[in-house]
Amino acid sequence: MTITEILFYAFAAVLVVAAVGVITARNPVHAALFLVFAFVNSAVIWLLLEAEFLAIVLVLVYVGAVMVLFLFVVMMLDINIAQMREGFTRYAPLGLLFAAIVIVEIGSVVWVKHLGGVQESAAAIAQDPDYSNTRALGELLYTQYLYPFELAAVILLLAIVAAIVLTMRRREGIKQQDIAAQVAVRAQDRIRIIKMDADKASEQTPATETTAGAPQTEAQR
Amino acid sequence: MIPLEHVLLLAGVLFALSVAGIFLNRKNVILLLMCIELMLLSVNFNFIAFARHLGDLNGQIFVFFIMTVAAAESAIGLAILVVLFRRRKSINVEQLDLMKG
Repeated sequence: MTITEILFYAFAAVLVVAAVGVITARNPVHAALFLVFAFVNSAVIWLLLEAEFLAIVLVLVYVGAVMVLFLFVVMMLDINIAQMREGFTRYAPLGLLFAAIVIVEIGSVVWVKHLGGVQESAAAIAQDPDYSNTRALGELLYTQYLYPFELAAVILLLAIVAAIVLTMRRREGIKQQDIAAQVAVRAQDRIRIIKMDADKASEQTPATETTAGAPQTEAQR
Repeated sequence: MIPLEHVLLLAGVLFALSVAGIFLNRKNVILLLMCIELMLLSVNFNFIAFARHLGDLNGQIFVFFIMTVAAAESAIGLAILVVLFRRRKSINVEQLDLMKG
């Protein structure tokens, strides 16, 4: 048993414990932190499986961005935890039954198909000492998978726009500048031309009175 | 060398745990989203294990795209959740019957 296998089994055990913590945690904040723990353990296992770039991306993107988003949302919402836990024990047997069914199915497929035979062909593939997983992935990503890569960028842009549009709201009673209304204003709204008779006291009052600016217009009305 | 079956079994156990989590926490939308993230993680394990054992880097490309879509999904899901909580003051799944589904 090599050191790689020992590390794999150790981190796999911790990963399963963290996953159990995610689904049984009483507090959603604890669940989110357990999920962070599970992601970090997965990143280590991916390192052992020689997917170095994806392991780093998992830590940076998931632990650094997505889980922080989860934690923000969990802490922003005022959740009644006791009410949320209703039915936890009632559905526990059903959940465990389905979990057992899924495990038995996947295990039997792995057992029957003898997937261990696959590993013999790959054992011969030993990489160079200066082999870079990131470089190999990048070469594949920017040549063969260029269009899917750009589609992924569009999906991320869509997520940005959707998240901002969904959560943006206009509060009532806030003094703020309305630029569209300022730009759309016309001269008729601001300036009023008053025609007066020329023969009546023309030296005291000008024939046309011009006022500019919204407050004065409001006062005249 | 890590045997392929053991990685696949680990992924299967993770997937089963997240399925059980969806049954257990069926009222809390946040925990449902977390369980979906855990499911996507276990699927990624399969891709990475086969990419390792077949010496084929295309599996890792797939994981890359799955992670992109999962990040977008969780961002939009959480935004919907925030709007939902702002309107209904609750994220209980059983109270979300506005559309009579």
